Amino acid sequence: MSLATDSLISDGSVADATPPLVSKATAKDYYELLKPRVMQLVIFTALVGMMTAHEPINPVIGFASILAIAIGAGASGCLNMWYDATIDSLMERTAKRPIPSGAVAPGEALAFGMTLSVGSVLFLGLISNWYAAAFLAFTIFFYVVVYTMWLKHWTVQNIVIGGAAGAFPPMIGYMAVTGSMNIETLLQFLIIFIWTPPHFWALALVKSKDYARAGVPMLPVVAGGIETRRQILLYSLVLMPVGMSPSLFGYVGPVYLVISTLFGAVMIGLAYDLFRKREGEPARKASYRLFGVSILYLFVLFVALLVEEVVPVLAWRNFG
Amino acid sequence: MKEEAYPTVARLTPEELARQKSRSRALGLVLGALVILFFVVTIAKLGGSVFNREL
Repeated sequence: MSLATDSLISDGSVADATPPLVSKATAKDYYELLKPRVMQLVIFTALVGMMTAHEPINPVIGFASILAIAIGAGASGCLNMWYDATIDSLMERTAKRPIPSGAVAPGEALAFGMTLSVGSVLFLGLISNWYAAAFLAFTIFFYVVVYTMWLKHWTVQNIVIGGAAGAFPPMIGYMAVTGSMNIETLLQFLIIFIWTPPHFWALALVKSKDYARAGVPMLPVVAGGIETRRQILLYSLVLMPVGMSPSLFGYVGPVYLVISTLFGAVMIGLAYDLFRKREGEPARKASYRLFGVSILYLFVLFVALLVEEVVPVLAWRNFG
Repeated sequence: MKEEAYPTVARLTPEELARQKSRSRALGLVLGALVILFFVVTIAKLGGSVFNREL
């Protein structure tokens, strides 16, 4: 029997009653449990948050703090995969993940995720401060319990509210250095928070049958394609000024303002294009285009923020 | 004399052995990296104070 089938029952549920005698997982399967692509975003945004602090930090401690935040994010991804293994097995996009594919037993994933969660929080607390560690623990709790176990299966606003979990890392990065909060990292939080719905809904439009089969109340499943497109356009309109806000509040300089305005306009343009194209291949392409560009949008904005923090001569405050 | 019943011993296929080896190697590397990380972080946190103790 192949690895892809022997842990699945015919209705798609994951059989965890009789785990294999010997684990079938490779190291790569455990790595995949950490959702490495999400971890990349977390590492990057946490680093930007850390640089925002403008306070000296030992590079070793800085590196170790980012590592702890990344492992904490990976642990929450692992626990998300453990809890959602059954619905993952029903969706084309997620059926090959380590648990539904049978490579990792659900119990192994749960133990792995819990160990990393506790370890990352303790490590961050010991090397930086316990405020940052508590915030990391809250983020893991929010993603696993509030989003995965509750919101995702219950409300159409699941990724709107749940998006906060993905938006916390810059704040944790800043807190790891200073032990406090500031408005600048709150704006970084808002950018990711407002960016999440149009980003996810663009993909959900294409994968709505998958979500419907799994019983996940995503917006396209519950409210239909037209309402989803309207919401994507509205969020993109709000995203533009929010994306520009670090410059508008005077935290970063004109380079960031130009980039965020330009990319904000591109996002609105693509959202409008998606709003107009509602059927067939053009609609599918418009969804994928917005999804791809939204990733680029967030990456470019945070690169611009990082550059302005590292090369402070560009910032408004130096012209004042 | 009556033969005793022993529990079945799992016999690993070559593929399972390779997977087990990959896990063991990765775990070894992670543990080694953690040892180095904890050492370096300790030195970074304590700085010169690491030698400041009564002998």
